[in-house]
Amino acid sequence: MRLASPHLLGIEPLTPDEITLILDTAEGFSDIASREIKKVPTLRGKTVVNFFVEPSTRTRSSFELAEKRLSADSLNFSTSTSSLVKGETLLDTLRNLEAMDPDFIVLRHSEAGAPHFLAKHGKTSIVNAGDGAHEHPTQALLDAFTIRRKKARIANLKVAIVGDILHSRVARSNVLLLTKMGADVSVCGPPTLLPRGLEHLGAKVTHRMDEAVEGADVVMMLRIQRERMKGGFFPTLREYAAFYGLDASRMKRAAPGAIVMHPGPINRGVEIMGDVADGDASVILDQVRSGVAVRMAVLYLLAGGDREAAA
Amino acid sequence: MKLLLENARVVDPASQRDGVFSILVVDGRIARIAKDIAPDGATILDLSGLCVCPGFIDMHVHLREPGQEWKETIATGTQAAAAGGFTGVACMPNTQPPIDSRSVVEFVMAQAREHGRVPVYPIGCVSKGQGGVELAEMGDMALAGARGFSDDGKPVASAGLMRRALEYSRIFDLPVIDHCEEPTLVAGGVAHEGEVATRMGLAGWPGVAEDVMVQRDILLAEYTGGAVHIAHMSTARSADLVRRAKAAGVRVTCEVTPHHFVLTHEAILGYDTNAKMNPPLRADSDRAGLLEAIADGTIDAIATDHAPHHADEKCVEFSQAPFGVVGLETAVAICLDRLVHTKLITLSRLVSLLSTGPASVLRLDKGTLREGADADLTVLDLDRTFVVRPETFLSKSVNTPFAGWNLRGAPVMTLVGGRIVHDARERSAS
Repeated sequence: MRLASPHLLGIEPLTPDEITLILDTAEGFSDIASREIKKVPTLRGKTVVNFFVEPSTRTRSSFELAEKRLSADSLNFSTSTSSLVKGETLLDTLRNLEAMDPDFIVLRHSEAGAPHFLAKHGKTSIVNAGDGAHEHPTQALLDAFTIRRKKARIANLKVAIVGDILHSRVARSNVLLLTKMGADVSVCGPPTLLPRGLEHLGAKVTHRMDEAVEGADVVMMLRIQRERMKGGFFPTLREYAAFYGLDASRMKRAAPGAIVMHPGPINRGVEIMGDVADGDASVILDQVRSGVAVRMAVLYLLAGGDREAAA
Repeated sequence: MKLLLENARVVDPASQRDGVFSILVVDGRIARIAKDIAPDGATILDLSGLCVCPGFIDMHVHLREPGQEWKETIATGTQAAAAGGFTGVACMPNTQPPIDSRSVVEFVMAQAREHGRVPVYPIGCVSKGQGGVELAEMGDMALAGARGFSDDGKPVASAGLMRRALEYSRIFDLPVIDHCEEPTLVAGGVAHEGEVATRMGLAGWPGVAEDVMVQRDILLAEYTGGAVHIAHMSTARSADLVRRAKAAGVRVTCEVTPHHFVLTHEAILGYDTNAKMNPPLRADSDRAGLLEAIADGTIDAIATDHAPHHADEKCVEFSQAPFGVVGLETAVAICLDRLVHTKLITLSRLVSLLSTGPASVLRLDKGTLREGADADLTVLDLDRTFVVRPETFLSKSVNTPFAGWNLRGAPVMTLVGGRIVHDARERSAS
């Protein structure tokens, strides 16, 4: 089986079978990190442009490492060094990048739909590494990979996603992926940070954290941005932490053996307390580890690979 | 100069006329309407199978001149208007510089006289520089020919300034046209707040941002006795607020655009910037509410909010693209297809919405076929198949969400003051 599209623009267009294909393929790539030689020749001779029009350390490093372990050549192109600041349009930047014949463009952009724009106007395979508040498909895939490893399945798990849902691409991609795979998903945050119509994406919506965490097998916390205070979404980080911070006592409401996730970077003492982040239930660093294997799988499959031949 | 229009179905809501008549035009005015008129040396125009209506007036267009001539000019915008069946357009003042003084009103009118294919009725700013702080010289602009006042593109955010504008406008009895959006509720939104925007990760623009300001304007119109006109209404709730206010005798009128009563926010799926406009396309319940308001008489006018933008400006990330769509060359066909052929309203009611209604809001002595009136006429072919082909537009811009649409009914000829300014009738074999 192969992926239907040459692009990974989001979770929305993927079928459950395609999601399973990516996760299964990532399993095959996951042991490369523990080998003596952490490299396979799979994408030798392929060029990947990591085009980041928004700051990112974690996602970019993870993609870069995935590319290097697949023996692809990477070019990093980010806002500070790009010509976007000189007033060039995204279309012109795309044309310039494509003039150098890359095989993939991995795009992080502050505007929703930017990767779709590149896919529509260009000829290169596009990987969405986060577009505005829209989607962050590789994050949702690595989260699913982590969940599957820890809980052996996704279907019928109870998952709580807590935090700034309104501005979160991670929340959207996770809601789409987890509901496609049969999980029972609740999203939770202050009503000011819950977008309208979210229930149509298949998640239950609540502003009561205890309700969301009750009996959850997975508690996924989202980073809260300080700037949201100025936007009037909540009064202080202190008050936010009191209502929506995950501490040990709240975790007691979760199901036995529940795991705690966070896409990072974490705000200790705000959305997640240190003892929970460092505790036995935390799989935060497993998520980071999974990220490289999942991104290797995505690039491999988009290059036309199939699962059997992987790694 | 005499012209005799024969064998057409004449639809004139003001005189409740709807039947086959001849119209004699002498020196640009309607001299006579009757069953049989002797030619008596007049040039004969056989309009068998077509409808003749009082000329349509689009009371909400952006001609972009002065200042943004790469998007549109008074020449190209009025050519598009004539092709679309409009015999006059009211142009919004968000030009560069804005139409906020007599000199800019005079510039627009001079350009229109020199280069315009149809008359242009300038709308002046409510506030100096559209700044929303001090009143512009509304009286001086009225004397120069302005037909109403609006800070269109920007709402009059200050209730205090809106109050003063409505009070002051009573001196010359012209409407204050408000583009209703409460800025702190819009807060950077680019799409209707709801399922589609949430799914697409776009900042939401709630309908209540419009409703709040529509209600504010109604209350202020009632309090001041001024006349307020609500531009391009997009929500079912706004329509209901206007309906109730009219029943209570408040001097409020309103317009809707074809795109708001035909499309919903689902048109932006795929990040189509040609479906990005202000106010945004809304939910299906809003669309249904607007159609209901069209049918029950709440709506006074259909206007296009013709907002040309260069293709390069629209070919960017969704959030970065300017708001607006062109409409002059598609509006009438859409109205015929979606309002008349669906039997939602009669042709006569549509003609009111496109001529008598806007003429009345702008205090123009137009919109009727009475004898002595200017011979501004729109000729329709109710059964013409009309395919929207942006590449054939006379407008400089092609930012339409209707490309490729197949519609039934179209304007085929436009006359201004008895002069044919557009003729797309099918040529007969003879």
